[in-house]
Amino acid sequence: MTTPLLELRGVTRQFGALRAVDGVDLQVPPGARHALIGPNGAGKSTLFKLVTGSMPVTSGTVALDGSDITKLGEAQRARRGISQTLQHSSLFLSQTVERNVVMAAQRQPGGNRHSLVPRRQKATRDRARELLVDVGLERRSGALVSALSHGERRQLEVAVALACEPRLLLLDEPAAGMSPAESGRLVGLLKALPDTVTLVIVEHDLDVVFALATSVTVLHLGKLLLTGSPDEVRASTAVQEAYLGTGRESLFLDTDGPAGLDVSRSEQGVS
Amino acid sequence: MSAPARPTTPAATAPAGGSSAVPGSRRSRGRAPLRAVPALAVLVVLALVPYFVGPDETDILSRVLIFGLFAVSLDLLVGITGLPSLGHAAYFGVGAYTAGLVAEHWTPNAPVPVLVAAGAGAVAAVLTGWLVVRSDGVFFLMLTLAIGEITSQLALQLDDVTGGSDGLFGIPTFRIGGEPLRLEGYRYWYVLAVFVITFAAVWLISRSPFGLALRGIRDNEDRMRSLGYSPFRYKYVAYVLAGAFAGIAGGLFAQFNRIVNPSDAGFALSAITLLALVLGGAGSLWGPVIGMAVVVVVRDYYGPDLGGHGPLVLGIVFVIAVYVLPRGFAGLAGLGALRGRRRGAVSAHATDPDDPGSGAVPGTSSEERPA
Ligand SMILES: Nc1ncnc2c1ncn2[C@@H]1O[C@H](COP(=O)(O)OP(=O)(O)OP(=O)(O)O)[C@@H](O)[C@H]1O
Ligand SMILES: [Mg+2]
Repeated sequence: MTTPLLELRGVTRQFGALRAVDGVDLQVPPGARHALIGPNGAGKSTLFKLVTGSMPVTSGTVALDGSDITKLGEAQRARRGISQTLQHSSLFLSQTVERNVVMAAQRQPGGNRHSLVPRRQKATRDRARELLVDVGLERRSGALVSALSHGERRQLEVAVALACEPRLLLLDEPAAGMSPAESGRLVGLLKALPDTVTLVIVEHDLDVVFALATSVTVLHLGKLLLTGSPDEVRASTAVQEAYLGTGRESLFLDTDGPAGLDVSRSEQGVS
Repeated sequence: MSAPARPTTPAATAPAGGSSAVPGSRRSRGRAPLRAVPALAVLVVLALVPYFVGPDETDILSRVLIFGLFAVSLDLLVGITGLPSLGHAAYFGVGAYTAGLVAEHWTPNAPVPVLVAAGAGAVAAVLTGWLVVRSDGVFFLMLTLAIGEITSQLALQLDDVTGGSDGLFGIPTFRIGGEPLRLEGYRYWYVLAVFVITFAAVWLISRSPFGLALRGIRDNEDRMRSLGYSPFRYKYVAYVLAGAFAGIAGGLFAQFNRIVNPSDAGFALSAITLLALVLGGAGSLWGPVIGMAVVVVVRDYYGPDLGGHGPLVLGIVFVIAVYVLPRGFAGLAGLGALRGRRRGAVSAHATDPDDPGSGAVPGTSSEERPA
């Protein structure tokens, strides 16, 4: 068996008395297209932060490609190939679109981040422009981020994350706030990623999840409820009970995610 | 793994066909030479100045360039990296004392004293920056303030070396090839040459990928970390560079002024230079030079006529400037260049059309930083 690219063991994060992430064990094999789902407050975003290192674990270990990275800082983990988009947009608002991507691209091994010669910086800029073409923002490359629409910013986040040339790409609700056309394009882009990139995606839009994911983990109240294929997850009564326990009419329904999975739809999936 | 993460999506090939069609590329390429024209014009005018003005005015202009260079070094720290130092004069002082001692005991020949001063400024910044750069917010302000005060206290106490409260005096002026530069015009040209070279270096740094990273750290340090940058390293290097450039300015000052005393490392110099940054527009590099020109002319040229009211006049100029030019002189140029380009509230007053995040001295702006 190959070493999992990402391996979590007993990962726990406490906020005071609240165990936002509670003893999660998870293995993501290299090249996987893995989705992480769960109701609001399940701990998905927190789990991502524990993986990227922007927040320390309370206990447990995080390993990347077999080596323990629990003690490494966020920048070191990023340099080992962990890249992310955040649930809440985190871009350089006062810089141009292109510079936001350049900022990430120039940090990469071929990126000339120490060069003083403008000519040598061209390769990085070209790379940034390619990525902007990929996400469909090429016409906006000179605009300031503060002038972008919400959907465009989400696209830019993806371009920035890809500019980091990640081995492990963590996307936290990348399609939130995108138009159907934009999220369709995003799915196309992510599907076409080479399998040197391992993808873990948190997404409330289940059309996106089931279009992409080959395996799904369900998180509930910080605990890992189940990991399985999309069909197994749809069929699981445990999953449905967990969601019904939240008192919602529909599963996974997010305030800003119109395409929640409702109970009837998931039952159709079972039959 | 030679070609990681290169998505070759159908989407990638469909629209717009390649990067040559990207709008913006053509414009920025065509603009660079055009923008060099005003810079060259200014340079020519500056070089010809001694032919047209008297010796006193030439000397004042030399002072403007020396302190302007110091303002540029502070701008690298404050405007580009976002580190609002209150004690940057310490490195100016270290450079000035070093150059003074070198000129007196070793050689006043250019460019030795200035180069040694640059090294001394850098070494001082290496020693102090390691701690300073790790601190944040109020602690950063307090530590830098303390460093400025400690440096001028040291200059006062170590009187065997520094001459105590009298300072160093009778420092030999600049020499080139053994010939002292006796005429104001020659001294001015030497100062101008060092200014231009150093300014160009800071300019290159600020335009480089490293400079972009510094701006990124200024705007959002956490985000930079998630992109794999270690902000400490970048800030530390910027701090040391700024220390070296301040040392150069101090080195010029020592041989120009021929007297150095403890107040040259003190808070007053840091404070008026921050004032120059606010006046001129932080982050543009050239704006602070203009700001410093105003400060130096008011303080040193009209100062004697104002009978000790120089600081009051500066205060009034400052208050007016903050109201009329929220982003300083450079904000005026930034405004022109940005008009018609785009309309983002953040950008409207930026001091640098290439860096819409520029303009505010951290801590003096009421605007929220992008999070
Ligand atoms: N910094 C923090 N301090 C205290 N509590 C926090 C913090 N971050 C998250 N929490 C709490 O931890 C729990 C999990 O939050 P998290 O953001 O990880 O959920 P999520 O699964 O991403 O939810 P959503 O679908 O709404 O994004 C929530 O109850 C939240 O209130
Ligand atoms: Mg979340």
